Amino acid sequence: MKYEAVIGLEVHAQLLTDSKLFCGCSTKFGAEPNTQVDPICLGLPGVLPVLNRRAVEYAVRMALATSCKVNRQSVFARKNYFYPDLPKGYQISQYTEPLAERGWLDIDLDGERKRIGITRIHMEEDAGKLLHGEGPEDEAFSFVDLNRTGVPLIEIVSEPDMRASDEAQAYLKALRDILVYLEISSGNMEEGSFRCDANVSIRPAGSSKLGTKAELKNMNSFKFVKEAIDYEIARQTDLVESGGKVVQETRLFDSARGVTVSMRSKEEAHDYRYFPEPDLLPLIVEEEMVEEVRSALPELPQAKRERFISEYGIPAYDAGVLTSSKDLAAYYEEVVNETDEPKASSNWIMGELLRLLKEDNRDVKDCPVSPKGLANVMKMVKAGEISGKIAKEVFEEMYRTGKSAGEIVKAKGLTQISGEEELARIVDGIIAANPENVERYKSGKTALFGFFVGEAMKATRGKANPQVINKLLKEKLGG
Amino acid sequence: MDITSLDISALSGKLVKKELSSAEATRAYLERIGRVEERVSAFVTVTPEEALKAASEADSRIARGEDVTPLTGVPIAVKDIFSTRGVRTTCSSRILENFVPPYDATVIRKLKEAGAVILGKNNMDEFAMGSSTENSAFKKTLNPWALDRVPGGSSGGSAAAVAASECAASVGTDTGGSIRQPASCCGVVGLKPTYGRVSRFGMIAFASSLDQAGPLTRSVADASLMLNAIAGHDQLDSTSIDAPVPDYTAGLGSGIKGLRVGIPKEYFIEGMDPEVESSVRKALETIKSLGAELVEISLPHTEYAVAVYYLVATAEASSNLARYDGVKYGLRVDETGSLLDMYKRTRDEGFGPEVKRRIMLGTYSLSAGYYDAYYKKASQVRTLVKEDFEKAFSACDVIATPTAPTPAFRIGEKLEDPLTMYLSDIFTISCNLAGIPGISLPCGFTKEGLPVGLQILGRYLDEETVLRTAWSYEDATEWHKRRPNL
Repeated sequence: MKYEAVIGLEVHAQLLTDSKLFCGCSTKFGAEPNTQVDPICLGLPGVLPVLNRRAVEYAVRMALATSCKVNRQSVFARKNYFYPDLPKGYQISQYTEPLAERGWLDIDLDGERKRIGITRIHMEEDAGKLLHGEGPEDEAFSFVDLNRTGVPLIEIVSEPDMRASDEAQAYLKALRDILVYLEISSGNMEEGSFRCDANVSIRPAGSSKLGTKAELKNMNSFKFVKEAIDYEIARQTDLVESGGKVVQETRLFDSARGVTVSMRSKEEAHDYRYFPEPDLLPLIVEEEMVEEVRSALPELPQAKRERFISEYGIPAYDAGVLTSSKDLAAYYEEVVNETDEPKASSNWIMGELLRLLKEDNRDVKDCPVSPKGLANVMKMVKAGEISGKIAKEVFEEMYRTGKSAGEIVKAKGLTQISGEEELARIVDGIIAANPENVERYKSGKTALFGFFVGEAMKATRGKANPQVINKLLKEKLGG
Repeated sequence: MDITSLDISALSGKLVKKELSSAEATRAYLERIGRVEERVSAFVTVTPEEALKAASEADSRIARGEDVTPLTGVPIAVKDIFSTRGVRTTCSSRILENFVPPYDATVIRKLKEAGAVILGKNNMDEFAMGSSTENSAFKKTLNPWALDRVPGGSSGGSAAAVAASECAASVGTDTGGSIRQPASCCGVVGLKPTYGRVSRFGMIAFASSLDQAGPLTRSVADASLMLNAIAGHDQLDSTSIDAPVPDYTAGLGSGIKGLRVGIPKEYFIEGMDPEVESSVRKALETIKSLGAELVEISLPHTEYAVAVYYLVATAEASSNLARYDGVKYGLRVDETGSLLDMYKRTRDEGFGPEVKRRIMLGTYSLSAGYYDAYYKKASQVRTLVKEDFEKAFSACDVIATPTAPTPAFRIGEKLEDPLTMYLSDIFTISCNLAGIPGISLPCGFTKEGLPVGLQILGRYLDEETVLRTAWSYEDATEWHKRRPNL
């Protein structure tokens, strides 16, 4: 029998607010342990939460960007469980009445578009972190860092609409891109600001009934998400084909071994005893606020990609690369705006610019060459002031030193030599110095043309205008 | 002159006129505490140093004539449920025995800003769970009127301290009657304001949707002065009400002619102590004689109130008390076993039997499969109780009832019988479920000399009418002037 996989994802994204969800503590990543805490996020006796309005606005942004319906009233609820990283003994989340519901996201895979349903988006607070190490007497010891406690999260729950790991990956990337475009989350999986759990089940192909699912956790990269899902699909298929039964459980992905291992069964699952949080009033999001957020939404990745293809006539691949970040797309558009050369601009950015940025692990925001700077280099090439090859050197020099193209070209004397008189002298010299090769060329070895071009370039340290050199050589060699 | 016999306005008058300094008043109260505390046990912690420091600050404030309020320099106490910066706050629980908060509750901040002198922290039932203060992990507070009887609870330490003149007033909390019932038992005035009228920030939570702070005082006027100081919206408490705070003393003397006083037929039940019933009925006649109109009303869902309360309150408590896990502060037992062992031992040794009972009840009613039948159903019935009051208040302006079905009972009498103990709050609980204000004030004494309390309930945010009614009755009677003989 053939089986198909059914995959749904639960994504947690940290919101980039300055302060925590229910208190004024900083949310900055990487501070010394327990330095960004106050009585409220420490859960001291008697403290009360006060909702961060900015976090609500961010969550509404995401809801609208994924076509969700924003509920006028949503209700915070307590999710009760004991763990040392959870100071109150409960997490404030949303349960029966989430912030937003019933949205979707389109993913593009191998030229095909597929719509993935979004069940709900709700707000909640993050827990702290446990660090396992050694105590004062080298014994096993666990430390609690509560800096992360209370950092705002949104949980985005998808419908079980994905059928393969690459769909899950594409969905996840699309989701991440939107969050980053909206400037509400860093989307950084390694730092844990973007986390994903996957519900995976299999069923006979064509069946509409859902099979028993396993929930996969601990996948902290896009690659691991794919690996874990692939492993799990294979594991469940093998199990069913050998007469076994999938049991409902939570499984952890072990990235070192590339396998999922059982963490707890359904029977061991927590009973979270959700109930409405009595310390907070129901959250009312007025239509006005929704409209305000909607009108301020930026162009989203997919729309931008499509516009780049139609407006600039660049290939889909280029559009995909250029819109992978909002800043890169803006950079590109500025360059095109200056040069009016959409494809050449794309080539420059995808080639030279991204190569240099990648080498330095630098974001385009911090690129030392401004879009105008790149446009200037391109303009110099077009005007025949420098050759394309020299242009690349000049660009790299601009990137390293922050100097302008004009300065570099001037200082290094890189201006292209296009004067026929001057170049004719050089060509004559080369012909005179290489009588043997001239003979061979004339007797039919035309491949030697390149040798003469190379000699000319060498003699001018690359500054010769190649078109002029070609013309002169052809004349003088009698090609 | 016995300084400790003065009510707040009399004492404040003397302080402002500099006939008396706050330091003298504070020392007088500390001496009084020294004399009677051994018998009454109303305090978990007395803070003489802090009190005398606050008194001298109050005296210089009065000397400068700046920011002087009716509480400036007045020695008061607070229930040990309010977080006090630098002063241990125990909730009368082992688990917080040595807990020193780094911040003040909003109520404490406001009292300090008003210039009040805080003498110490009053004993209570552990985490405010109880009706007798016998559930304190540290000591049993005794009723100043009869030392073999309980002071009521959970704010029993506050009520006893006020009755025994160990402080001019105290602030307690009321979740199901915890201010009014001990006030009734101890012959003092106890006011539970509208839910959200006073900030809960820094007040250790028992049942978040029911808890409300309020004053315990010797007179209705004093209760008004105290409410003036502690009421108001607080940005740190999302459930606090953003409504202007009137001067609660302003209309006290304007009479109750034509006021419609509702008498709920469900509140005069069989099995009520006959002496309580006759005192309350006489009080109603007095109120009538002052020009008010008595109207019979019905609160048909009263019989469900206790059940609803014990589902909602315990559910919230089971979650509120989860933070006492030995990880961050408070008691921690057993560092060597597993995490689960540490949790279990800490909570087993840290909590008393009544707290454990309620955590278990609440955990059960929130559990998967039971939530709909218990917590959810209780929340629905709570709405019906609230609607009962809304309907009743279309036919009357305030509601008058007994505060408690019996006078103060004997120590140990109900300790082994939680269900009977729970019925002590039968008349006070509905008010918390509905979120409306209520007051208890003395309306008589039994033959044995035990105080009886009259409860007056009012409309949402209508503390003024409640206080005016109570003041008029108090003004016409002498009960509040009696003091126990210690």
